[in-house]
Amino acid sequence: MRDFSYLRATSADAARQAAALPGTMLLAGGTTLIDLAKCGVAEPDTLVDITHLKGLDRIDVNERGATIGALAKMGHVADHADIKSRFPAISEALWQAASAQIRNMATIGGNLMQRTRCPYFRDPANFAACNKRKPGSGCSAIGGVTRGHAVLGTSEACIAMYPGDLATALVAFDATVHLGERKLLVDDFFLLPGTTPDREHAIEPGEMITAIEIPGSAAARRSTYLKIRDRQSYEFAAASAAVGIEFEADGRTIRDLRIALGGVATKPWRVRAVEDALKGKALEPETVRAASLLAIEGAVDHGANHYKIELAPRVVARAILKLGETA
Amino acid sequence: MTVHNIRVGESKRGDASDGALTEAVGGRLSRVDGPAKITGAAKYAVEQQLEGLAYAVLVESTIASGKVRAIDTAIAEASPGVLQVLTPDTIISLRTASDWFGTPPPDKPYCPLARDITFSGQHVAAVVADTFEQAVAAAALVKVSYDETPAIVDLSDGKAGDGIPIDAMTKEWGDAPAAFAAAPVRICAAYNTPREYQAPMEPHGLIAHWQGDHLTVWEPSQWLDGMARTYAEWFEVPFENVRLVSPYIGGGFGSKALALSHSAVAASAAKMLGRPVKLVMTRPQTFTGYGGRAATRQTVTIGADRDGMIQSIVHRGVNETSIDGMWVEPLGSVTSIMYATPNFSSKQNVVRVNSVVPGAMRAPGENPSAFGIESAIDELAYEVGIDPLEIRLRNYAEQDPHTRKAWSTRQLREAFAAGAEHFGWSRRSPKPRSMRDGNQLIGWGVAAGTYPVRRAYGEAVVRILADGSVEVESSSIDMGQGTYTILAQTAAETVGVPADDVVVKLGDSRFARAGVSGGSRLAGVMTGAVHKAATSALDQLVGLAISDPRSPFHALQANTLVVAKGRIASPRGDGPDVSIAELLKSVGRDRIEATGDTMPANSTAEDRYKNYTTIAMALPHTEGDYSRYSWCAHFIEVRVDEDFGTVRVSRVVSALDSGRLYNPKLAESQWKGGIIMGIGQALLEEGIMDRRYGRIVNNNLADYLVPTNADIPDIEVISVGIPDLHSSALGGKGVGELGIVGVAPAIANAVFHATGKRVRDLPITLEKLI
Ligand SMILES: Cc1cc2nc3c(=O)[nH]c(=O)nc-3n(C[C@H](O)[C@H](O)[C@H](O)COP(=O)(O)OP(=O)(O)OC[C@H]3O[C@@H](n4cnc5c(N)ncnc54)[C@H](O)[C@@H]3O)c2cc1C
Ligand code: SF4
Repeated sequence: MRDFSYLRATSADAARQAAALPGTMLLAGGTTLIDLAKCGVAEPDTLVDITHLKGLDRIDVNERGATIGALAKMGHVADHADIKSRFPAISEALWQAASAQIRNMATIGGNLMQRTRCPYFRDPANFAACNKRKPGSGCSAIGGVTRGHAVLGTSEACIAMYPGDLATALVAFDATVHLGERKLLVDDFFLLPGTTPDREHAIEPGEMITAIEIPGSAAARRSTYLKIRDRQSYEFAAASAAVGIEFEADGRTIRDLRIALGGVATKPWRVRAVEDALKGKALEPETVRAASLLAIEGAVDHGANHYKIELAPRVVARAILKLGETA
Repeated sequence: MTVHNIRVGESKRGDASDGALTEAVGGRLSRVDGPAKITGAAKYAVEQQLEGLAYAVLVESTIASGKVRAIDTAIAEASPGVLQVLTPDTIISLRTASDWFGTPPPDKPYCPLARDITFSGQHVAAVVADTFEQAVAAAALVKVSYDETPAIVDLSDGKAGDGIPIDAMTKEWGDAPAAFAAAPVRICAAYNTPREYQAPMEPHGLIAHWQGDHLTVWEPSQWLDGMARTYAEWFEVPFENVRLVSPYIGGGFGSKALALSHSAVAASAAKMLGRPVKLVMTRPQTFTGYGGRAATRQTVTIGADRDGMIQSIVHRGVNETSIDGMWVEPLGSVTSIMYATPNFSSKQNVVRVNSVVPGAMRAPGENPSAFGIESAIDELAYEVGIDPLEIRLRNYAEQDPHTRKAWSTRQLREAFAAGAEHFGWSRRSPKPRSMRDGNQLIGWGVAAGTYPVRRAYGEAVVRILADGSVEVESSSIDMGQGTYTILAQTAAETVGVPADDVVVKLGDSRFARAGVSGGSRLAGVMTGAVHKAATSALDQLVGLAISDPRSPFHALQANTLVVAKGRIASPRGDGPDVSIAELLKSVGRDRIEATGDTMPANSTAEDRYKNYTTIAMALPHTEGDYSRYSWCAHFIEVRVDEDFGTVRVSRVVSALDSGRLYNPKLAESQWKGGIIMGIGQALLEEGIMDRRYGRIVNNNLADYLVPTNADIPDIEVISVGIPDLHSSALGGKGVGELGIVGVAPAIANAVFHATGKRVRDLPITLEKLI
């Protein structure tokens, strides 16, 4: 039987030191990690439980922005009054994620680090080939069941979709990840699969997410997260869009626009092409729909996931227009 | 057990609740097992704590077709805590057991672990260890090598062929092809349903414990006596030596009626080890350890005149079965009875594919059958420009079109009328895409459903105890449908005590025997048996009261006594008035016991055994002069987002005819449960296959989607049934499976009305609409 050690971290430094050792993994809410251990994907020698660390679950919101501790629970952040009023897209991304039970357990740090739902990745007993799990072993998904796989940011090595909702909203609003002292834009924190799909984040051994910081903005204040899926709740996105908008004084001309796509790409996907195409323009349904098509520039499908290429621009357009209606 | 929340429900239009008292038959008594389940006090089968329990974990094939070349167990055996590794070579040999018809089995050994692989996920080995974790870890270390051969992965596989014709499914009258060719209006379409899974909350599993040649099995079961028979035959011990215990079942939906190969593995391991062994399937294993609903294909052609009167129906169906097992999903079952047609032809083939043998899932046959015919008649309605409800009424079958027998009762016209009125059908705008709310296209659809009344004989023991309480015993089960509750109501009403004073004991094969809880037959069978046993207990009680010299009623006449609310008195209140307990005390008795069964009077012991352990003695629903079915009509509103293709069900009104309802509250819950499952079937549920490997990849509840609360609107159900004494002793017809039948076509029809797109392949996922 695989024995593993369980340590309860007494300080962030101790956690980081322990996590620097090979085979060691941080344990937060456990809703991803325990799951992956059960299906034989995660095989840690040591688990370092960080949930007892003090002060890492704070949620501070002020004029400049929000800082959310890595151990804050998804549910708490979703329900936080200032997050709801200043960053509606963040709250909406969270409460549409997973289930109430999971949101009560799961942390913000763990949420960013969640792994793909690619069924081949999650079933090593039946599918030996998976470059993400075992570099160089091949990709079982290509040529197989791809309905949930990415159409953007894929490589020949891996087409796995990044399933998280929160990070999609974060990347739209230029949030940064705090790894102790080191700070990285969320966009830089997540890596494209390229030839190394096993490496998903720019986090180094011995580093730990301590907080995320989201700058305040008018666009963040008027923002939304639109998540489309077959099941009304408790399902990952078929396609989603985090959108924030700021109008000129006329209430129609777009001054600032932030857009990111979820459910369709290998990482949280900022779509600056659509932002740039619409900034300075008046909000008109036709213009918005046409510009939204830029969201899937360069998309490549693998058969069953083709619908995502149709769906994603429509989700973007609807989210933008919905924000316009509240003007 | 205490009873909470008793209230007498408001009587609805056409309510068959008899307006009875809450506690009597027909009353809205809440589930008596509810509090135990909600508080966690209810102990399920595999939650038993046994001294020395060992844990078994299955090893499954990772290929879909071929042979096991070798199994290397060395590392697993050396792994900590491992007690044994079972392979086809090391497991004890069992005898083949009879099937559920009781057909004598071939005289050959049975091995629940496979050497010849016919599907991915087949059990090939098992590891038994002191702890569950040790067994899981060691199971991953069992190395199986294979000689792989090409698999037939599904019905659309080029190697699948046309399959085997099942002559028993052929139904024909008139000259359907000729009438079709001559019909002025002709429609022809193919309808497909995918593999679907029962997905019960409680996974399959068991604890097996041998004491000498006596076997006790704690296992969720829809049929204790049938499963006990299988164990007895496998292990060649007398039937009486096997005890099955299954006090509660966390959902079965047809999947828990048989002892399966994993059951044999656990019981073999327990026997070999001389220790009790527990084996519970993982969630992924529940997708291959036994069969879900077979994938089906149907073509329905209808020839009609311009007024929408059907002249001919030609129906061809195919369902998948496994390489070495036979499952027939009767696809012509609704097609042949729903509408009057002078010419009809239905035939069915089954096709062997590399899958686990499919199994029963809520309304097997009727469910996919209704998807075909109820979609097709909707297509016909648009073709001839007649309202979809009107066309159903025009073609109403006044008698069973197949057997030409009278319906025992068929309140389907009443169901259409009540459903349409409550739904507001007359306000429907006929054209597709003509109703919308912003980006939401709105569609209204209707479809009918039916399920045959399956009947059998039952047996029960009723005791009146010294304290005046009543005890009912039966080896039948309650998987949530309310058996505990309605049997308490039946005994309470028959004997004349409050339902609170009745204790119902179920789920132990030592109790009076019972047939399968499947095919929606249990309530009708068991209320009849309990009624009979309770009547006989009451007769004994009254007999004692008037015959025993110590009784205060001595020498009175039987018809001058009333037993009610646990007391015996004379009807005019002018004589003695004592409690049942006092009477029993005065005559020196500590109990009265009666066994009642509804078997024919001359039944032999052999007949009885057959009745309870096989389905061979079930009475055909068309026996005698009548054709017996439950009926329903579903009216459903969907909202389809025109950009995203997402379908949400926003309103459901269903009117159902299950005859007399023994407990309307519980019947309504079951109907709603069926409707919810139908919404899942229509929009979400599908086993997704990697065709390269013949393996279902969404084998977990995050990826195999069943509806959440957010997917389900308020559902209005209306009972339009009337007591049907041709169907059961107390007038009820089937409840549990009826509700799901017709939901998927009603939704598909509503989606067509909303979007103008006809989706003939379930489920209706968003990519089919954008
Ligand atoms: C059935 C199901 C449905 C779901 N649906 C959704 C959904 O719709 N949308 C969505 O966004 N998510 C969804 N999720 C994912 C869920 O949100 C994540 O599992 C959860 O957020 C992970 O947080 P956790 O605290 O439990 O992390 P853990 O499981 O404890 O950890 C996850 C990973 O992060 C690492 N980690 C944890 N904390 C830190 C830290 N501070 N610094 C560095 N590394 C760290 C761990 O080592 C581990 O590798 C779903 C999950 C399940 C099981
Ligand atoms: S898509 Fe990526 S995660 Fe999935 S099997 Fe291929 S390499 Fe592995």
